[in-house]
Amino acid sequence: MSQTRTTGALIVKTAVLAIGAALLFAPFLFQDVRALEVAARICIFIVLVASYDLLIGYTGIVSFAHTMFFGIGAYGTAIALKQMGNGWDAVALGTLAGMALSLVLAVAIGLLSLRVKAIFFAMITLAAASVVLVLASQLNQITGGEDGITYRAPSLFSPATQLWQGADGKVATLFGVKMNGKLAGYYFVFLTSLALFVFMLRMTGSPLGTVLKAIRENEARAEAIGYRVVAYRTFVFCIAALVASLAGSSYAIWLKYTGPDTALSFAIMIDILLMVVIGGMGTMWGAVIGAVLMVLAQYYLRDLMELAAGATADLPVLPHLLEPDRWLFWLGIIFILLVYFFPAGIAGTIMRWGAPRAGR
Amino acid sequence: MTRIGDILGRYGGVNLLPLFVAALGFVLIGAPASWVTLTVAGLAMGMMIFLMASGLSLVFGLMDVLNFGHSAFVSFGAFIAASALAFLGAWLGAENIALNIAAMGLALVAAILFGLAAGWFFETVIIRPVYKDHLRQILITMGALIVAEQIILMIWGGTPTAVPRPAFLEGAWILGDVSIEIYRIFAFGLGLAVYVALYLVLNRTRIGLLIRAGVENREMVEALGFRIDRLFVAVFMLGSALAALGGAMWAGYQTLISPALGAEMMIVVFIVVIIGGLGSIEGTLLGALLVGLVGNYVGFLAPKMALASNMILMMAILLWRPSGLRPAVR
Repeated sequence: MSQTRTTGALIVKTAVLAIGAALLFAPFLFQDVRALEVAARICIFIVLVASYDLLIGYTGIVSFAHTMFFGIGAYGTAIALKQMGNGWDAVALGTLAGMALSLVLAVAIGLLSLRVKAIFFAMITLAAASVVLVLASQLNQITGGEDGITYRAPSLFSPATQLWQGADGKVATLFGVKMNGKLAGYYFVFLTSLALFVFMLRMTGSPLGTVLKAIRENEARAEAIGYRVVAYRTFVFCIAALVASLAGSSYAIWLKYTGPDTALSFAIMIDILLMVVIGGMGTMWGAVIGAVLMVLAQYYLRDLMELAAGATADLPVLPHLLEPDRWLFWLGIIFILLVYFFPAGIAGTIMRWGAPRAGR
Repeated sequence: MTRIGDILGRYGGVNLLPLFVAALGFVLIGAPASWVTLTVAGLAMGMMIFLMASGLSLVFGLMDVLNFGHSAFVSFGAFIAASALAFLGAWLGAENIALNIAAMGLALVAAILFGLAAGWFFETVIIRPVYKDHLRQILITMGALIVAEQIILMIWGGTPTAVPRPAFLEGAWILGDVSIEIYRIFAFGLGLAVYVALYLVLNRTRIGLLIRAGVENREMVEALGFRIDRLFVAVFMLGSALAALGGAMWAGYQTLISPALGAEMMIVVFIVVIIGGLGSIEGTLLGALLVGLVGNYVGFLAPKMALASNMILMMAILLWRPSGLRPAVR
């Protein structure tokens, strides 16, 4: 697999760097509220998808419980902020509690069921995730049920906070951007995501990452060489769960709202799955590309489809198919085609460009 | 301890579990009338879940293919039956009971026919290219499920659809202070008939022999010159048709169905298949009855625990028997 030094790999890495730069300067480049929402969502989902890629792409574990960990992190922080007020102690406590619960669940699920076939594991995680979803919507007093919880984030992130004061006593502006708490909130999300992503990138490059790939490629052989497959799998499952939980916590702080739809629903799991496959499994870069494309599609493809549906309103079937709500239909079809023809996803396929033929 | 185990094994072993659960339920609930109602409901639900799950289990046993899109057949069956019943609305309320039965029968047949056709399409177009590759199987069938759900949303819309029931299945029989819904009896009877038919086909016919042999050792059967792949298409179609039939029955049971039905049932079906052990219809029946009974009892005793109860049941059984109660040989 001489994928790391091909021209294709260079292209992918350049693209990822460009995305990183765009995200870093997002508040200055795209100056409207919606664009900032999109950028923050992209940051969070890059981390979430990358941590899922650790499982599905690097280790070959198919889990449907990833949103469960994301949701636990989000709900932990949300509940703490709601109950204890908007201090940093609440954030810390909630985040830690969420991580602890995620870890316990991950260890339990991992040890119980990572011994069995991939398919069993997928089914068991699916069942576990659905139970947590039902619990979250039924325990009204704690989780707010279907409505979710609204709360205040630490005051540093409130839009009224002034990071710098201008000469006239109002919020200072830099290149036309107000230096307020909203900006601080975005950079909090960005830096958290960046740190987590770099951590995972480092992990996959380490000897541990190599062992994980060995397990994915040939489990029996890895076991025969002397690696304890179940232990490694459980470990990486726990790491992925912790990262997802942290991503959930920072999303909860950014959004100031946590409900089943934003943190726990099965739709998010499907999003993650689509992102990881579209971007390319087994390459951290693919997570970045997949997350960016999908989130952009979620926000802007609908507008485009609305236009297209309006333009074709007189034709028989087309407007139905192009209705904005039908975008998942198209994504599903693209997804199936991708799995058939480009199982390596966008990043994986591009990274193979320029690779020596025999090397593959 | 082993002696008790031997005695239990002689009288049916794990097959006694539903009886045990029923007895436990009787003790915990205390009121015989509600217990009977709940038990009948649980058995009827179990039979409908059995219809949905049996195909999934057989397909997995025979071909090592797990179809995450299986629940799409369930929801399509439900919605097609609902539409057929609505279309035949005039027959449903008719005095003539023959027309009544004909309407219900036609609705079920429509669901079954759709299941057969969709199963053939699904197997040849979606699943065939990814045999023996579990990861891509899971992904592709998941993608197919997304597309199928969107198609349902496109055709029937997102709002719940009301399902009319034929008059002869409405109402309840009252025995003393126990009331039993007729539809539940009907569902139970139909499920039992399907189970018996499946059992006879699998154990008394040549085709069934081949299927069982294929589950046990596929290569050997192929080496003997039988076309397992053709058999597999047939089994897949049958499984899809049963799922659609189960969905149709479920639609009549619920009387109000929404596109989320498929996703809800998928979890239950998976739990049943895992509990029962993949690849055997006896195990699936056992798992389905257990889930139906436990679900209804817990729903009565502690309503909030209803879905979690299935999960706990699954965990407990997996801890006790890691490959399910009655897995096919392997």
